[in-house]
Amino acid sequence: MTGSLIGIFLTAIFIENFVLNQILGLCPFIGVSSRTESAVGMGISVTFVMVMAGVATWGVQNLVLVPYSLEYLQTVSFILIIAALVQFVEMVIKKLAPALYKALGVFLPLITTNCAVLGVALINVRRNYGLLESSFHALGGGLGFMLALVIMSGIRERLAISEVPVAMRGAPIAFITAGLLATAFMGLSGLI
Amino acid sequence: MNIIMAALFLGLLGLLSGILLSFASKKFEVKVDPKIEEVMQYIPSANCGGCGYPGCAALAEAIVNNGVSISLCVAISKRNADAINKIMGVEKNANDNDPLARKAALIRCQGLNTDEYKNFEYAGVKDCQAAVLLQNGPWKCPHRCLGLGSCVNACPFDALKMGPNNLPVVDEAKCVACGKCVDACPKQIIELVPQIKTVHVLCVSKDTGKDTIKMCKIGCIGCGICKKNCPADAIVIENNLAKINYEKCIDCGKCVEVCPRKSIIKESHLDI
Repeated sequence: MTGSLIGIFLTAIFIENFVLNQILGLCPFIGVSSRTESAVGMGISVTFVMVMAGVATWGVQNLVLVPYSLEYLQTVSFILIIAALVQFVEMVIKKLAPALYKALGVFLPLITTNCAVLGVALINVRRNYGLLESSFHALGGGLGFMLALVIMSGIRERLAISEVPVAMRGAPIAFITAGLLATAFMGLSGLI
Repeated sequence: MNIIMAALFLGLLGLLSGILLSFASKKFEVKVDPKIEEVMQYIPSANCGGCGYPGCAALAEAIVNNGVSISLCVAISKRNADAINKIMGVEKNANDNDPLARKAALIRCQGLNTDEYKNFEYAGVKDCQAAVLLQNGPWKCPHRCLGLGSCVNACPFDALKMGPNNLPVVDEAKCVACGKCVDACPKQIIELVPQIKTVHVLCVSKDTGKDTIKMCKIGCIGCGICKKNCPADAIVIENNLAKINYEKCIDCGKCVEVCPRKSIIKESHLDI
């Protein structure tokens, strides 16, 4: 049991990395990766929301959707739940933990429609994960997202002072970098 | 039947989360002092961090909540500072009358531009931090300005430009002494000095005179002639380097005349 949990966790970080392997959540990956500082903030926020969403959607799936055979409403109801959840979490930490809110606050609304978060929820269902497995999968997915984001931001900080050919400046070089990074991550597929 | 179930479920889910959210927004409401908004209107919003707070919004909050003085802000104009003091009901800034308080960045290197004092040609990334990583930069003098413009890029107020000789030039009208360039310079050449003073030691070399002579024609060797000739007793020699005490300095320019190395300069004033 524990072994499979660790397996799920590590797989989600390295082998099935949400950004670099499953190509999910590219919007924040390109948008928030120009500085390491904000990349870490975004990474922590996504991890946080992913775990919450993983647990909440597991509940809805197994307590409501399956018993009433409404599985075809998965996607739309998960989006609704994640959006509401993010809003709720934002309010709560704004009140209870102002310091945390200052660190995560600007990123939280951005995560509402992050497809990596929805991806975690849907993959949990597809693979019939239990509650514990779901949360480990979500935690690994979030940390993997953060890892990709931090690596990318480090490269982009270095790129910012390099002499890049005019035609490649900005987004083009970022996409090429992301592609190379994804290729590099394929090398980790033999890890488990 | 299916369609009714689906509609019912989604409707209920939406309704539930709606109720939850509206309930939460009441329960977890955070009251924001309207004064913060008012103060924000007058703050420069450059987010330079010169005040020591992480950005202008944080300073505005500290002003309203903790009674911090607006004089911490280095970039604010006098009119806006007065407006903020009025909002907060404070009389006057502490350092309003101190002429030495108005500072500007000073590049303490004259960047002698001869290949004779170079170890190698640097052709890497145009960034001082990167150049330092490569054998401390191309110049023989370990303190010489690298001239790659990291300070220029760091300036949020557009007050620094690369001038002749590949040296940055400070536009004192625009400089607000936020200190971003001081942090950006890997050679620690930049210092914040009172704007009204015009006589400066333009060298930071703390090496012995013997070493400095080998590396630069105009570097300070700490001979102390300026110190002996200073009528105001404002110069001290610390670690082979002349240092002006701006509180005592009377800006006479005597040291400029006697300096055998031309390390001390009276600004004429920097023309941009």
